[in-house]
Amino acid sequence: MSPEFSDKTKKKLEEIISRYSRKEAAILPVLHLTQKEFGCISVEEEKLVAELLDIKPIQVREVATFYTMLNQMPVGKYYIQVCSNLSCSLLGAESLIDYLTEKIGIKPGETTQDNKFTLSTVECLGACEMAPCMMINFDYHGNLDKKKIDKILEGLK
Amino acid sequence: MKEKILSKHFVLENFYKIDVYLQKKGYQAVKKALNEKTPENILEEVKAANLRGRGGAGFPAGVKWSFVPQQVDKPKYLCVNADEGEPGTFKDRYIMSHDPHLLLEGIIITSYCVGIHTAFIYIRGEYEAVALRLEKAISEAYKNGFLGKNILESGFDLDVYVHRGAGAYICGEETALLESLEGKRGNPRLKPPFPASIGLFQSPTVINNVETLSNIPSIILKGAKWFCKKGLPEDGGTRIFGVSGMVKKPGIYELSIGTNLKDIIFKHAKGMAEGKKLKAVIPGGLSAPILKADEIDIKMDFDSLVNANSMLGSAAIVVIDEDTSILDVLKVVTRFYSHESCGQCTPCRIGSSWINKIVRRICDGKGKNGDIDNIIRLASNILGNTLCPLGDAAAMPILAIIKKFREEIESYVSN
Repeated sequence: MSPEFSDKTKKKLEEIISRYSRKEAAILPVLHLTQKEFGCISVEEEKLVAELLDIKPIQVREVATFYTMLNQMPVGKYYIQVCSNLSCSLLGAESLIDYLTEKIGIKPGETTQDNKFTLSTVECLGACEMAPCMMINFDYHGNLDKKKIDKILEGLK
Repeated sequence: MKEKILSKHFVLENFYKIDVYLQKKGYQAVKKALNEKTPENILEEVKAANLRGRGGAGFPAGVKWSFVPQQVDKPKYLCVNADEGEPGTFKDRYIMSHDPHLLLEGIIITSYCVGIHTAFIYIRGEYEAVALRLEKAISEAYKNGFLGKNILESGFDLDVYVHRGAGAYICGEETALLESLEGKRGNPRLKPPFPASIGLFQSPTVINNVETLSNIPSIILKGAKWFCKKGLPEDGGTRIFGVSGMVKKPGIYELSIGTNLKDIIFKHAKGMAEGKKLKAVIPGGLSAPILKADEIDIKMDFDSLVNANSMLGSAAIVVIDEDTSILDVLKVVTRFYSHESCGQCTPCRIGSSWINKIVRRICDGKGKNGDIDNIIRLASNILGNTLCPLGDAAAMPILAIIKKFREEIESYVSN
């Protein structure tokens, strides 16, 4: 069955689209909401968004594949993105990525079989004062060490 | 520095809420601008303040505004660059989280000055919580009559919207930002035409960084002379220096433009962490050419750093210790630019990924004779040969690292 937006999202989408003098300019906020509702931007969601914005599905794909935060495949319930840029790597990001790989049993780019975790590395998150840092879904966690990671993971049910 | 311009309220709890902001004499600058000043007065004041862009390029804000044509039959736009993607940079996050109304005041005054009625804040997608806080602040400003129709009964109208990016460093480049805001891939445009004449939706557009705009209210309240005195005559005000890496106290430090880099690291950020020794410093975000430990006795302003063959950029200072291999730094730098190249210009697309492959091979212990010269050749062919500054931003730090640490890199190639 093809996906459909909930009524609440539809209302929000209408308001967002009205902000722009051209409908397609709303594509990023629309894709953010789409991903929140359906988990990713696959072929079905591309069609849905294209219809909403009066553009072709290929135009949606062009945009969706350009931006790293838009996922073509579903991610786990907890999407762990560890910064591996300079400030974080100076303070040991690489060993933390190895630690997470060992602890969750997946490499960056992979999802656990129970779909609980997806692990990935990411470029600078803009939180260098709390390096090394990571983002789980949209929550920032900084000044990380192995102990702190243990504690954070324990809190994720 | 006694009085801070931008960060003085960061420590106050709940300052992001409009009631608290108004208690501390918030929105006085907007009142003064809209009730007492003409757009021409404001433009002259901002020009005289020598406020240079805080995003990286350092272009004088007042001059930029003056390029916008006065009589056009199209709407004009303000795009606030809150993409903050330059590695090492986190200052705008502080402004937007702790003092969103200061930014809104800057947006209102700028829009009034240039004759703009719609502003978009383009914020990086990862800052979801910050975007929500901005949206809350905007709705408070509407309720209190500082946004919307006929602001403070001045006859001036303004709408402000938050637009979230979705993870692309290139969208911090102003024309890529416009493409992205129009709903396309973030591929930079050829300039000219400049955004001031043909920008968002083919309309005249002003694009300013968050920190740049947040300086406007105090220029209006206290005047250009006062502002210049806070920094250098030709480069007014303060900078929020973001210090990260191997220092005892990483964080933001708002200091006069022209403050010595050595003092920022050793006095303000309390020196090296874990008793380590300083090896090198990146003074203005990852794109800024590296400085060796003996080159940091330098004033942090646009011109001093250009004279030292580096740049002030976003004033993000990354401190590197002696135990860090320069090859690891090079690996991060080359990986970053090969990942973030938009792919539009061949020298940048192919060059950045080719360099990264060579560096990764050296890291794997499989370096070959000629690798370093190849990297130099490839980087030199990116330099100046791309549509947007990302090409230069990729090539410059790579060339500087090799020039200053060639011996060390050679030792990894031969071993």
